[in-house]
Amino acid sequence: MTNALTKPASAIGGRAEPVVFERELTVLANDPVNGEYMRLVLEAPRGLLELCRAGQFFNLLCPALGGETPYLRRPMSIYGFYPDKGELHFLYKVTGAGTRALARLREGDALNVMGPLGQGFRIDDDWQRLVLVARGVGLATLAPLALEANRLGRHLTAICSARHPDVLMSIDYFRELGATIVPVTDTEGTSSIAHLETLIEEMIAGEGVDAFYTCGSNRLLTLLQTIGKRHGIPGEIALEQQMACGLGMCHCCVRPFRKGQKTVQLRVCREGPVFDIQEAMPW
Amino acid sequence: MVDLSIDVAGLRLKNPIMPASGTFSEELAEVFDIECLGAHVTKTITADLRDGNPTPRVCEVGGSMLNSIGIPSKGVAAFLDKVVPFYRAYETPLVVSISGNTADDFARLCSEVTVEGVAAIEVNISCPNIEEDGKAFAIRPSSTYDVMRKLRQATHLPLWAKLTPNTGETPEVARAAQEGGADALVVANTLLAMAIDIRSRRPKLGNLMGGLSGPSLKPIALRMAYQCAKSTTIPVIGCGGISTAEDVIEFLIAGASAVQVGTATFINPTAMVTIIAELERYLEREKLASVRDLIGTVIDEEQKEGVVFMEAAP
Repeated sequence: MTNALTKPASAIGGRAEPVVFERELTVLANDPVNGEYMRLVLEAPRGLLELCRAGQFFNLLCPALGGETPYLRRPMSIYGFYPDKGELHFLYKVTGAGTRALARLREGDALNVMGPLGQGFRIDDDWQRLVLVARGVGLATLAPLALEANRLGRHLTAICSARHPDVLMSIDYFRELGATIVPVTDTEGTSSIAHLETLIEEMIAGEGVDAFYTCGSNRLLTLLQTIGKRHGIPGEIALEQQMACGLGMCHCCVRPFRKGQKTVQLRVCREGPVFDIQEAMPW
Repeated sequence: MVDLSIDVAGLRLKNPIMPASGTFSEELAEVFDIECLGAHVTKTITADLRDGNPTPRVCEVGGSMLNSIGIPSKGVAAFLDKVVPFYRAYETPLVVSISGNTADDFARLCSEVTVEGVAAIEVNISCPNIEEDGKAFAIRPSSTYDVMRKLRQATHLPLWAKLTPNTGETPEVARAAQEGGADALVVANTLLAMAIDIRSRRPKLGNLMGGLSGPSLKPIALRMAYQCAKSTTIPVIGCGGISTAEDVIEFLIAGASAVQVGTATFINPTAMVTIIAELERYLEREKLASVRDLIGTVIDEEQKEGVVFMEAAP
Protein backbone atom coordinates (compact mmCIF):
# COMPACT_ATOMS: atom_id res chain seq x y z
CA MET A 1 0.00 0.00 0.00
CA THR A 2 1.47 3.35 -0.95
CA ASN A 3 0.71 6.24 1.26
CA ALA A 4 0.62 9.76 -0.06
CA LEU A 5 1.25 11.13 3.41
CA THR A 6 4.31 9.10 4.36
CA LYS A 7 7.91 10.11 4.19
CA PRO A 8 10.20 8.43 1.67
CA ALA A 9 11.76 5.13 2.72
CA SER A 10 15.53 4.79 2.88
CA ALA A 11 16.94 4.76 -0.62
CA ILE A 12 18.49 1.43 -1.52
CA GLY A 13 21.88 1.83 -3.13
CA GLY A 14 22.03 5.51 -2.30
CA ARG A 15 22.60 7.43 0.88
CA ALA A 16 19.58 8.16 3.01
CA GLU A 17 18.98 11.79 3.94
CA PRO A 18 18.16 12.73 7.51
CA VAL A 19 14.36 12.95 7.89
CA VAL A 20 14.14 12.23 11.61
CA PHE A 21 15.41 14.76 14.10
CA GLU A 22 16.51 14.72 17.73
CA ARG A 23 15.80 18.16 19.21
CA GLU A 24 15.64 19.93 22.56
CA LEU A 25 12.31 21.76 22.51
CA THR A 26 11.05 24.33 24.98
CA VAL A 27 7.87 23.72 26.97
CA LEU A 28 5.25 26.44 26.39
CA ALA A 29 2.55 24.85 28.52
CA ASN A 30 1.83 21.58 30.32
CA ASP A 31 -1.64 21.66 31.86
CA PRO A 32 -4.41 19.28 32.89
CA VAL A 33 -7.18 18.96 30.29
CA ASN A 34 -9.58 17.18 32.59
CA GLY A 35 -9.20 14.93 35.60
CA GLU A 36 -7.13 12.35 33.78
CA TYR A 37 -5.23 13.94 30.92
CA MET A 38 -2.48 16.51 30.44
CA ARG A 39 -1.71 18.56 27.35
CA LEU A 40 1.93 19.36 26.62
CA VAL A 41 2.66 22.23 24.24
CA LEU A 42 6.21 22.51 22.87
CA GLU A 43 7.76 25.30 20.85
CA ALA A 44 9.08 23.67 17.66
CA PRO A 45 10.81 24.90 14.51
CA ARG A 46 8.64 25.26 11.42
CA GLY A 47 10.86 22.89 9.41
CA LEU A 48 10.27 20.07 11.89
CA LEU A 49 6.51 20.68 12.04
CA GLU A 50 6.21 20.70 8.26
CA LEU A 51 7.60 17.15 8.23
CA CYS A 52 4.86 15.92 10.60
CA ARG A 53 1.88 13.91 9.38
CA ALA A 54 -1.34 13.00 11.21
CA GLY A 55 -0.88 9.60 12.88
CA GLN A 56 2.89 9.88 13.33
CA PHE A 57 4.59 9.93 16.72
CA PHE A 58 7.63 11.23 18.57
CA ASN A 59 9.89 9.30 20.94
CA LEU A 60 10.23 11.46 24.06
CA LEU A 61 13.20 11.42 26.41
CA CYS A 62 11.28 11.90 29.65
CA PRO A 63 13.27 13.94 32.18
CA ALA A 64 14.50 12.67 35.53
CA LEU A 65 12.15 14.77 37.68
CA GLY A 66 10.38 14.21 40.97
CA GLY A 67 12.51 11.17 41.84
CA GLU A 68 11.51 9.38 38.64
CA THR A 69 14.31 7.92 36.50
CA PRO A 70 12.70 6.80 33.25
CA TYR A 71 15.34 5.21 31.01
CA LEU A 72 13.98 4.34 27.57
CA ARG A 73 12.25 6.95 25.46
CA ARG A 74 8.43 6.97 25.50
CA PRO A 75 6.60 6.94 22.17
CA MET A 76 3.71 9.41 22.03
CA SER A 77 1.40 10.13 19.11
CA ILE A 78 1.17 13.71 17.87
CA TYR A 79 -1.95 15.43 19.20
CA GLY A 80 -1.51 18.57 17.13
CA PHE A 81 1.14 20.23 14.96
CA TYR A 82 0.94 23.84 13.82
CA PRO A 83 3.75 25.04 11.52
CA ASP A 84 2.32 28.59 11.50
CA LYS A 85 2.21 28.88 15.30
CA GLY A 86 5.40 26.88 15.79
CA GLU A 87 3.72 24.44 18.19
CA LEU A 88 3.80 20.69 18.72
CA HIS A 89 1.13 19.23 21.05
CA PHE A 90 0.90 15.94 22.94
CA LEU A 91 -1.97 14.64 25.07
CA TYR A 92 -1.16 12.04 27.74
CA LYS A 93 -2.53 10.27 30.75
CA VAL A 94 -0.25 9.98 33.79
CA THR A 95 0.26 6.25 34.25
CA GLY A 96 3.92 5.43 34.94
CA ALA A 97 7.39 6.76 35.66
CA GLY A 98 7.74 8.40 32.23
CA THR A 99 4.44 10.28 32.25
CA ARG A 100 4.80 11.19 35.95
CA ALA A 101 8.11 12.84 35.05
CA LEU A 102 6.57 14.52 31.98
CA ALA A 103 3.77 15.93 34.15
CA ARG A 104 6.38 17.84 36.19
CA LEU A 105 7.63 19.84 33.19
CA ARG A 106 6.97 23.57 33.49
CA GLU A 107 6.95 26.44 31.03
CA GLY A 108 10.50 27.16 29.89
CA ASP A 109 11.84 23.65 30.61
CA ALA A 110 13.51 21.69 27.81
CA LEU A 111 12.36 18.31 26.50
CA ASN A 112 14.40 16.15 24.13
CA VAL A 113 12.21 14.69 21.38
CA MET A 114 12.97 12.48 18.37
CA GLY A 115 10.75 12.40 15.32
CA PRO A 116 8.53 12.59 13.44
CA LEU A 117 8.38 8.79 13.27
CA GLY A 118 6.29 6.12 11.58
CA GLN A 119 3.63 6.08 8.89
CA GLY A 120 0.69 8.46 9.24
CA PHE A 121 -2.94 8.10 8.20
CA ARG A 122 -3.76 7.59 4.57
CA ILE A 123 -6.52 9.74 3.07
CA ASP A 124 -6.97 8.78 -0.57
CA ASP A 125 -8.11 11.45 -3.05
CA ASP A 126 -11.54 9.87 -3.49
CA TRP A 127 -12.20 9.40 0.23
CA GLN A 128 -14.60 12.29 0.84
CA ARG A 129 -16.64 11.07 3.80
CA LEU A 130 -14.47 9.88 6.68
CA VAL A 131 -15.68 8.29 9.91
CA LEU A 132 -13.52 7.94 12.99
CA VAL A 133 -14.56 5.82 15.94
CA ALA A 134 -12.50 6.00 19.10
CA ARG A 135 -12.63 5.84 22.83
CA GLY A 136 -10.73 7.52 25.68
CA VAL A 137 -7.18 8.58 24.94
CA GLY A 138 -7.53 6.99 21.51
CA LEU A 139 -9.33 10.18 20.54
CA ALA A 140 -6.00 12.00 21.04
CA THR A 141 -4.29 9.81 18.47
CA LEU A 142 -7.10 10.48 16.00
CA ALA A 143 -7.31 14.22 16.69
CA PRO A 144 -4.70 15.19 14.03
CA LEU A 145 -6.79 13.26 11.50
CA ALA A 146 -9.48 15.89 12.01
CA LEU A 147 -6.89 18.56 11.33
CA GLU A 148 -5.77 16.80 8.15
CA ALA A 149 -9.38 16.18 6.96
CA ASN A 150 -10.07 19.86 7.52
CA ARG A 151 -6.98 20.88 5.52
CA LEU A 152 -7.98 18.56 2.68
CA GLY A 153 -11.62 19.69 2.75
CA ARG A 154 -13.04 16.24 3.58
CA HIS A 155 -16.08 15.63 5.71
CA LEU A 156 -15.35 13.91 9.01
CA THR A 157 -17.77 12.31 11.41
CA ALA A 158 -16.26 11.56 14.82
CA ILE A 159 -17.97 8.93 16.94
CA CYS A 160 -16.50 9.69 20.37
CA SER A 161 -16.93 7.08 23.08
CA ALA A 162 -16.30 7.42 26.82
CA ARG A 163 -17.48 6.18 30.21
CA HIS A 164 -19.52 9.32 30.84
CA PRO A 165 -19.99 12.70 29.13
CA ASP A 166 -17.55 14.52 31.49
CA VAL A 167 -14.51 12.62 30.23
CA LEU A 168 -15.29 12.84 26.54
CA MET A 169 -12.07 13.97 24.98
CA SER A 170 -11.35 16.35 22.13
CA ILE A 171 -14.99 16.99 21.25
CA ASP A 172 -14.55 20.76 21.07
CA TYR A 173 -11.39 20.27 19.06
CA PHE A 174 -13.18 18.08 16.51
CA ARG A 175 -16.12 20.49 16.37
CA GLU A 176 -13.88 23.52 15.71
CA LEU A 177 -12.43 21.65 12.77
CA GLY A 178 -15.85 21.21 11.23
CA ALA A 179 -16.35 17.56 12.15
CA THR A 180 -19.79 16.15 12.90
CA ILE A 181 -19.72 14.81 16.47
CA VAL A 182 -21.60 11.74 17.62
CA PRO A 183 -20.98 11.31 21.36
CA VAL A 184 -21.71 7.91 22.89
CA THR A 185 -21.25 7.07 26.57
CA ASP A 186 -21.57 4.10 28.91
CA THR A 187 -23.68 6.03 31.42
CA GLU A 188 -26.20 6.97 28.74
CA GLY A 189 -26.16 3.40 27.39
CA THR A 190 -25.26 4.55 23.88
CA SER A 191 -21.71 3.10 23.59
CA SER A 192 -22.58 -0.57 23.08
CA ILE A 193 -21.22 -2.29 20.00
CA ALA A 194 -24.77 -3.12 18.85
CA HIS A 195 -25.75 0.56 19.03
CA LEU A 196 -22.55 1.65 17.23
CA GLU A 197 -23.25 -0.86 14.47
CA THR A 198 -26.74 0.59 13.99
CA LEU A 199 -25.37 4.14 13.93
CA ILE A 200 -22.70 3.32 11.34
CA GLU A 201 -25.10 1.32 9.15
CA GLU A 202 -27.40 4.36 9.13
CA MET A 203 -24.50 6.56 7.98
CA ILE A 204 -23.61 4.13 5.19
CA ALA A 205 -27.27 3.96 4.07
CA GLY A 206 -27.53 7.75 4.27
CA GLU A 207 -24.77 9.88 2.79
CA GLY A 208 -22.28 7.03 2.66
CA VAL A 209 -18.86 6.34 4.21
CA ASP A 210 -15.59 6.19 2.21
CA ALA A 211 -13.18 5.19 5.00
CA PHE A 212 -13.02 4.29 8.69
CA TYR A 213 -10.36 5.19 11.24
CA THR A 214 -9.93 3.84 14.74
CA CYS A 215 -7.37 2.90 17.37
CA GLY A 216 -6.82 1.08 20.60
CA SER A 217 -9.94 -1.03 21.06
CA ASN A 218 -10.35 -4.68 20.13
CA ARG A 219 -14.14 -4.42 20.03
CA LEU A 220 -14.09 -1.40 17.73
CA LEU A 221 -11.52 -3.09 15.48
CA THR A 222 -13.66 -6.19 15.12
CA LEU A 223 -16.81 -4.15 14.48
CA LEU A 224 -15.19 -1.99 11.80
CA GLN A 225 -13.59 -5.03 10.14
CA THR A 226 -17.02 -6.66 9.91
CA ILE A 227 -18.80 -3.56 8.59
CA GLY A 228 -15.89 -2.75 6.26
CA LYS A 229 -15.99 -6.24 4.73
CA ARG A 230 -19.77 -6.16 4.43
CA HIS A 231 -19.72 -2.94 2.41
CA GLY A 232 -16.22 -2.95 0.91
CA ILE A 233 -15.21 0.17 2.86
CA PRO A 234 -11.47 0.54 3.61
CA GLY A 235 -10.11 1.67 6.92
CA GLU A 236 -7.06 2.24 9.07
CA ILE A 237 -6.14 1.59 12.68
CA ALA A 238 -3.43 3.18 14.83
CA LEU A 239 -1.80 0.63 17.15
CA GLU A 240 0.53 0.66 20.15
CA GLN A 241 3.28 -1.61 21.43
CA GLN A 242 6.18 -1.33 23.89
CA MET A 243 9.06 0.26 22.00
CA ALA A 244 12.73 0.92 22.51
CA CYS A 245 14.43 2.65 19.56
CA GLY A 246 11.34 3.98 17.75
CA LEU A 247 13.22 3.86 14.44
CA GLY A 248 12.89 0.20 13.44
CA MET A 249 16.31 -1.02 14.52
CA CYS A 250 15.50 -3.12 17.58
CA HIS A 251 12.39 -5.07 16.48
CA CYS A 252 10.89 -4.80 19.98
CA CYS A 253 7.52 -3.40 18.93
CA VAL A 254 6.18 -6.01 16.51
CA ARG A 255 2.55 -7.12 16.22
CA PRO A 256 1.01 -9.83 14.01
CA PHE A 257 -0.83 -8.87 10.81
CA ARG A 258 -2.70 -10.84 8.15
CA LYS A 259 -1.12 -10.57 4.70
CA GLY A 260 -3.14 -12.83 2.40
CA GLN A 261 -2.91 -16.34 3.87
CA LYS A 262 0.10 -15.53 6.01
CA THR A 263 0.58 -13.92 9.40
CA VAL A 264 3.53 -11.55 9.46
CA GLN A 265 5.19 -9.64 12.28
CA LEU A 266 5.41 -5.92 11.52
CA ARG A 267 7.09 -3.16 13.51
CA VAL A 268 4.56 -0.72 14.98
CA CYS A 269 7.20 2.05 14.93
CA ARG A 270 8.18 1.58 11.29
CA GLU A 271 5.47 -0.10 9.22
CA GLY A 272 2.96 1.57 11.57
CA PRO A 273 1.73 2.89 13.88
CA VAL A 274 -1.13 3.20 11.34
CA PHE A 275 -2.11 -0.04 9.60
CA ASP A 276 -4.77 -1.33 7.21
CA ILE A 277 -7.77 -2.21 9.35
CA GLN A 278 -8.37 -5.57 7.63
CA GLU A 279 -4.78 -6.67 8.16
CA ALA A 280 -4.80 -5.88 11.89
CA MET A 281 -5.46 -8.81 14.22
CA PRO A 282 -7.53 -8.62 17.41
CA TRP A 283 -5.44 -9.11 20.55
CA MET B 1 45.01 17.07 14.62
CA VAL B 2 44.68 13.83 16.55
CA ASP B 3 44.58 10.41 14.94
CA LEU B 4 41.43 8.43 15.79
CA SER B 5 42.14 5.57 13.39
CA ILE B 6 42.75 2.06 14.62
CA ASP B 7 43.53 -1.33 13.16
CA VAL B 8 41.40 -4.36 14.00
CA ALA B 9 43.02 -7.52 12.66
CA GLY B 10 44.14 -5.90 9.40
CA LEU B 11 40.99 -3.81 8.98
CA ARG B 12 41.63 -0.07 9.18
CA LEU B 13 38.84 1.86 10.91
CA LYS B 14 38.76 5.68 10.82
CA ASN B 15 37.78 5.71 14.48
CA PRO B 16 37.13 3.08 17.16
CA ILE B 17 33.37 3.74 17.45
CA MET B 18 30.89 1.36 15.86
CA PRO B 19 27.35 0.22 16.63
CA ALA B 20 26.59 -3.01 18.48
CA SER B 21 24.69 -5.57 16.46
CA GLY B 22 20.93 -5.31 16.93
CA THR B 23 20.98 -1.61 17.77
CA PHE B 24 21.74 -0.36 14.28
CA SER B 25 20.20 -0.59 10.83
CA GLU B 26 19.66 1.42 7.66
CA GLU B 27 17.00 3.45 9.51
CA LEU B 28 19.64 5.25 11.59
CA ALA B 29 20.83 6.90 8.37
CA GLU B 30 17.59 8.89 8.57
CA VAL B 31 18.91 10.56 11.72
CA PHE B 32 22.58 11.31 10.86
CA ASP B 33 25.22 10.59 8.22
CA ILE B 34 26.42 7.14 9.26
CA GLU B 35 29.60 7.58 7.21
CA CYS B 36 31.13 9.10 10.36
CA LEU B 37 31.24 5.72 12.12
CA GLY B 38 34.29 3.46 12.38
CA ALA B 39 32.30 0.49 11.04
CA HIS B 40 28.72 -0.55 10.29
CA VAL B 41 27.58 -3.69 12.12
CA THR B 42 24.34 -5.32 10.99
CA LYS B 43 21.70 -7.02 13.11
CA THR B 44 22.37 -10.75 13.41
CA ILE B 45 20.89 -12.86 10.64
CA THR B 46 20.31 -16.59 10.50
CA ALA B 47 19.90 -18.83 7.45
CA ASP B 48 16.36 -19.79 8.46
CA LEU B 49 13.37 -17.47 8.44
CA ARG B 50 12.47 -16.57 11.99
CA ASP B 51 9.57 -14.55 13.43
CA GLY B 52 11.34 -13.85 16.70
CA ASN B 53 10.01 -14.08 20.25
CA PRO B 54 6.58 -13.20 21.67
CA THR B 55 5.93 -9.67 22.95
CA PRO B 56 6.60 -7.84 25.20
CA ARG B 57 10.16 -7.99 23.92
CA VAL B 58 11.51 -5.13 25.98
CA CYS B 59 11.28 -3.61 29.45
CA GLU B 60 13.40 -1.24 31.48
CA VAL B 61 15.09 -2.12 34.74
CA GLY B 62 16.72 0.55 36.90
CA GLY B 63 18.42 2.62 34.24
CA SER B 64 19.09 -0.28 31.89
CA MET B 65 17.02 -2.53 29.66
CA LEU B 66 16.06 -6.15 29.18
CA ASN B 67 15.27 -7.50 25.74
CA SER B 68 14.26 -10.77 24.24
CA ILE B 69 13.89 -10.22 20.52
CA GLY B 70 14.78 -13.72 19.39
CA ILE B 71 16.73 -12.79 16.24
CA PRO B 72 13.89 -12.38 13.71
CA SER B 73 15.45 -13.06 10.31
CA LYS B 74 14.29 -12.72 6.73
CA GLY B 75 17.00 -15.13 5.64
CA VAL B 76 20.25 -14.73 3.77
CA ALA B 77 18.83 -14.03 0.28
CA ALA B 78 16.85 -11.00 1.45
CA PHE B 79 19.90 -9.82 3.36
CA LEU B 80 22.21 -10.06 0.34
CA ASP B 81 19.63 -8.43 -1.97
CA LYS B 82 18.57 -5.54 0.24
CA VAL B 83 20.89 -4.88 3.15
CA VAL B 84 24.40 -5.35 1.73
CA PRO B 85 23.74 -3.10 -1.33
CA PHE B 86 22.49 -0.29 0.94
CA TYR B 87 25.87 -0.07 2.66
CA ARG B 88 27.84 -0.08 -0.62
CA ALA B 89 27.08 3.65 -0.83
CA TYR B 90 29.38 4.14 2.18
CA GLU B 91 33.14 3.79 2.49
CA THR B 92 32.79 2.69 6.11
CA PRO B 93 33.58 -1.04 6.42
CA LEU B 94 30.56 -3.32 6.70
CA VAL B 95 30.62 -6.00 9.40
CA VAL B 96 27.94 -8.65 9.03
CA SER B 97 26.68 -10.40 12.15
CA ILE B 98 25.57 -14.01 11.75
CA SER B 99 24.37 -16.85 13.92
CA GLY B 100 23.43 -20.50 13.55
CA ASN B 101 21.78 -23.28 15.51
CA THR B 102 24.49 -25.81 14.65
CA ALA B 103 28.16 -25.43 13.78
CA ASP B 104 27.53 -26.64 10.21
CA ASP B 105 24.56 -24.25 9.63
CA PHE B 106 26.68 -21.47 11.03
CA ALA B 107 29.62 -22.25 8.73
CA ARG B 108 27.38 -22.49 5.65
CA LEU B 109 25.94 -19.04 6.38
CA CYS B 110 29.45 -17.71 7.00
CA SER B 111 30.43 -18.83 3.53
CA GLU B 112 27.24 -17.37 1.99
CA VAL B 113 27.83 -13.89 3.40
CA THR B 114 31.45 -13.83 2.23
CA VAL B 115 30.62 -11.46 -0.60
CA GLU B 116 31.94 -8.23 -2.05
CA GLY B 117 31.08 -5.31 0.18
CA VAL B 118 31.50 -7.25 3.44
CA ALA B 119 34.72 -6.36 5.29
CA ALA B 120 34.44 -8.70 8.28
CA ILE B 121 32.05 -11.21 9.80
CA GLU B 122 30.96 -10.98 13.41
CA VAL B 123 30.00 -14.46 14.56
CA ASN B 124 27.44 -14.32 17.33
CA ILE B 125 28.51 -17.47 19.17
CA SER B 126 26.52 -16.32 22.21
CA CYS B 127 23.42 -18.00 20.75
CA PRO B 128 22.19 -21.45 21.81
CA ASN B 129 23.80 -24.50 20.23
CA ILE B 130 20.81 -26.80 19.73
CA GLU B 131 22.95 -29.84 18.92
CA GLU B 132 24.38 -29.97 22.38
CA ASP B 133 22.27 -28.91 25.33
CA GLY B 134 20.97 -25.58 24.06
CA LYS B 135 23.72 -23.71 25.87
CA ALA B 136 25.52 -20.96 23.95
CA PHE B 137 28.61 -22.02 21.99
CA ALA B 138 30.67 -19.43 23.86
CA ILE B 139 29.78 -20.71 27.33
CA ARG B 140 32.46 -23.39 27.11
CA PRO B 141 35.97 -23.42 25.60
CA SER B 142 35.42 -26.75 23.78
CA SER B 143 32.25 -25.73 21.91
CA THR B 144 33.79 -22.32 21.20
CA TYR B 145 36.87 -23.94 19.64
CA ASP B 146 34.80 -26.42 17.58
CA VAL B 147 32.48 -23.82 16.06
CA MET B 148 35.32 -21.36 15.39
CA ARG B 149 37.29 -24.05 13.54
CA LYS B 150 34.36 -24.65 11.18
CA LEU B 151 33.75 -20.93 10.70
CA ARG B 152 37.44 -20.34 10.01
CA GLN B 153 37.32 -22.85 7.15
CA ALA B 154 34.23 -21.15 5.68
CA THR B 155 35.65 -17.70 4.96
CA HIS B 156 38.80 -15.75 4.22
CA LEU B 157 37.29 -12.60 5.79
CA PRO B 158 38.28 -11.46 9.29
CA LEU B 159 36.21 -13.27 11.91
CA TRP B 160 35.11 -11.39 15.01
CA ALA B 161 33.82 -13.75 17.70
CA LYS B 162 31.12 -12.20 19.90
CA LEU B 163 31.43 -13.70 23.36
CA THR B 164 28.82 -14.07 26.07
CA PRO B 165 28.98 -12.88 29.67
CA ASN B 166 26.98 -15.97 30.62
CA THR B 167 30.10 -18.03 31.25
CA GLY B 168 32.38 -18.70 34.18
CA GLU B 169 35.35 -19.33 31.90
CA THR B 170 36.02 -16.02 30.17
CA PRO B 171 39.82 -16.33 29.64
CA GLU B 172 39.55 -19.98 28.56
CA VAL B 173 36.74 -19.22 26.09
CA ALA B 174 38.69 -16.23 24.73
CA ARG B 175 41.78 -18.39 24.17
CA ALA B 176 39.68 -21.13 22.57
CA ALA B 177 38.19 -18.58 20.16
CA GLN B 178 41.65 -17.39 19.17
CA GLU B 179 42.96 -20.95 18.77
CA GLY B 180 39.89 -21.83 16.70
CA GLY B 181 40.66 -19.00 14.28
CA ALA B 182 39.04 -15.78 15.55
CA ASP B 183 40.79 -12.61 14.36
CA ALA B 184 39.17 -10.42 17.02
CA LEU B 185 36.84 -10.75 20.01
CA VAL B 186 33.72 -8.70 20.66
CA VAL B 187 33.25 -8.59 24.43
CA ALA B 188 30.43 -9.03 25.12
CA ASN B 189 26.79 -9.82 24.39
CA THR B 190 23.93 -9.27 26.89
CA LEU B 191 23.67 -10.94 30.29
CA LEU B 192 20.78 -13.33 30.94
CA ALA B 193 18.35 -11.61 33.29
CA MET B 194 14.71 -11.44 34.40
CA ALA B 195 12.08 -9.01 35.65
CA ILE B 196 8.62 -9.69 37.13
CA ASP B 197 5.64 -7.33 37.39
CA ILE B 198 4.71 -7.64 41.08
CA ARG B 199 1.08 -6.67 40.47
CA SER B 200 0.31 -9.24 37.78
CA ARG B 201 3.08 -11.61 38.99
CA ARG B 202 3.94 -12.20 35.36
CA PRO B 203 7.44 -11.96 33.87
CA LYS B 204 7.83 -8.60 32.16
CA LEU B 205 9.13 -10.24 28.97
CA GLY B 206 7.03 -12.52 26.78
CA ASN B 207 9.93 -14.95 26.59
CA LEU B 208 10.31 -15.16 30.40
CA MET B 209 13.96 -14.07 30.40
CA GLY B 210 16.07 -11.74 28.31
CA GLY B 211 19.38 -10.01 27.93
CA LEU B 212 20.45 -7.13 30.16
CA SER B 213 22.11 -4.20 28.41
CA GLY B 214 22.83 -0.58 29.22
CA PRO B 215 24.91 1.11 31.93
CA SER B 216 24.46 -1.64 34.54
CA LEU B 217 26.21 -4.12 32.23
CA LYS B 218 29.26 -1.92 31.73
CA PRO B 219 31.45 -2.99 34.67
CA ILE B 220 30.89 -6.64 33.78
CA ALA B 221 31.77 -6.12 30.12
CA LEU B 222 34.79 -4.03 31.11
CA ARG B 223 36.07 -6.79 33.40
CA MET B 224 35.65 -9.30 30.58
CA ALA B 225 37.30 -7.07 27.98
CA TYR B 226 40.26 -6.66 30.32
CA GLN B 227 40.52 -10.41 30.90
CA CYS B 228 40.23 -11.17 27.17
CA ALA B 229 42.94 -8.63 26.31
CA LYS B 230 45.18 -10.20 28.96
CA SER B 231 44.57 -13.78 27.88
CA THR B 232 44.82 -13.48 24.07
CA THR B 233 46.95 -11.71 21.47
CA ILE B 234 44.09 -10.69 19.15
CA PRO B 235 42.24 -7.34 19.27
CA VAL B 236 39.34 -6.96 21.67
CA ILE B 237 36.31 -4.84 20.79
CA GLY B 238 34.57 -3.70 23.96
CA CYS B 239 30.77 -3.81 24.12
CA GLY B 240 28.36 -3.39 27.02
CA GLY B 241 26.74 -0.28 28.45
CA ILE B 242 29.02 2.19 26.67
CA SER B 243 27.22 5.56 26.59
CA THR B 244 29.89 8.27 26.80
CA ALA B 245 33.41 9.08 25.59
CA GLU B 246 34.60 8.40 29.17
CA ASP B 247 33.21 4.87 28.90
CA VAL B 248 35.10 4.39 25.61
CA ILE B 249 38.37 5.65 27.14
CA GLU B 250 37.90 3.26 30.06
CA PHE B 251 37.53 0.29 27.69
CA LEU B 252 40.57 1.36 25.63
CA ILE B 253 42.69 1.68 28.78
CA ALA B 254 41.48 -1.80 29.82
CA GLY B 255 42.89 -3.18 26.56
CA ALA B 256 40.12 -2.86 23.97
CA SER B 257 41.17 -1.62 20.51
CA ALA B 258 37.69 -0.42 19.60
CA VAL B 259 34.18 -0.36 21.06
CA GLN B 260 30.59 -0.96 20.11
CA VAL B 261 27.81 1.34 21.29
CA GLY B 262 24.41 -0.32 21.64
CA THR B 263 21.57 0.58 23.97
CA ALA B 264 22.83 4.19 24.29
CA THR B 265 21.70 4.76 20.70
CA PHE B 266 18.11 3.93 21.74
CA ILE B 267 18.25 6.70 24.33
CA ASN B 268 20.18 9.20 22.20
CA PRO B 269 20.13 8.27 18.52
CA THR B 270 23.17 10.50 17.91
CA ALA B 271 25.14 9.09 20.87
CA MET B 272 27.91 7.71 18.61
CA VAL B 273 28.35 11.07 16.85
CA THR B 274 28.71 12.82 20.22
CA ILE B 275 31.14 10.17 21.49
CA ILE B 276 33.43 10.51 18.44
CA ALA B 277 33.57 14.31 18.85
CA GLU B 278 34.24 14.09 22.59
CA LEU B 279 36.88 11.41 22.17
CA GLU B 280 38.71 13.70 19.75
CA ARG B 281 38.50 16.61 22.22
CA TYR B 282 39.80 14.39 25.02
CA LEU B 283 42.88 13.37 23.01
CA GLU B 284 43.59 17.02 22.15
CA ARG B 285 43.21 18.02 25.78
CA GLU B 286 45.47 15.21 26.96
CA LYS B 287 47.95 15.96 24.15
CA LEU B 288 47.79 12.41 22.85
CA ALA B 289 48.65 12.08 19.15
CA SER B 290 46.69 8.89 18.60
CA VAL B 291 43.81 7.04 20.20
CA ARG B 292 46.07 3.99 19.95
CA ASP B 293 48.22 5.50 22.71
CA LEU B 294 45.42 4.66 25.16
CA ILE B 295 45.01 0.97 24.37
CA GLY B 296 45.97 -1.35 27.21
CA THR B 297 47.52 1.38 29.36
CA VAL B 298 45.82 0.27 32.55
CA ILE B 299 48.20 0.47 35.50
CA ASP B 300 47.48 -2.88 37.12
CA GLU B 301 50.99 -3.46 38.50
CA GLU B 302 52.18 -7.04 38.61
CA GLN B 303 48.99 -8.85 39.49
CA LYS B 304 49.00 -12.61 39.91
CA GLU B 305 47.29 -14.55 37.11
CA GLY B 306 44.82 -15.86 39.63
CA VAL B 307 43.71 -12.30 40.31
CA VAL B 308 43.60 -11.14 36.66
CA PHE B 309 41.54 -14.12 35.55
CA MET B 310 39.36 -14.60 38.60
CA GLU B 311 35.82 -15.76 37.92
CA ALA B 312 34.38 -15.12 41.35
CA ALA B 313 33.96 -11.86 43.19
CA PRO B 314 36.62 -11.76 45.91
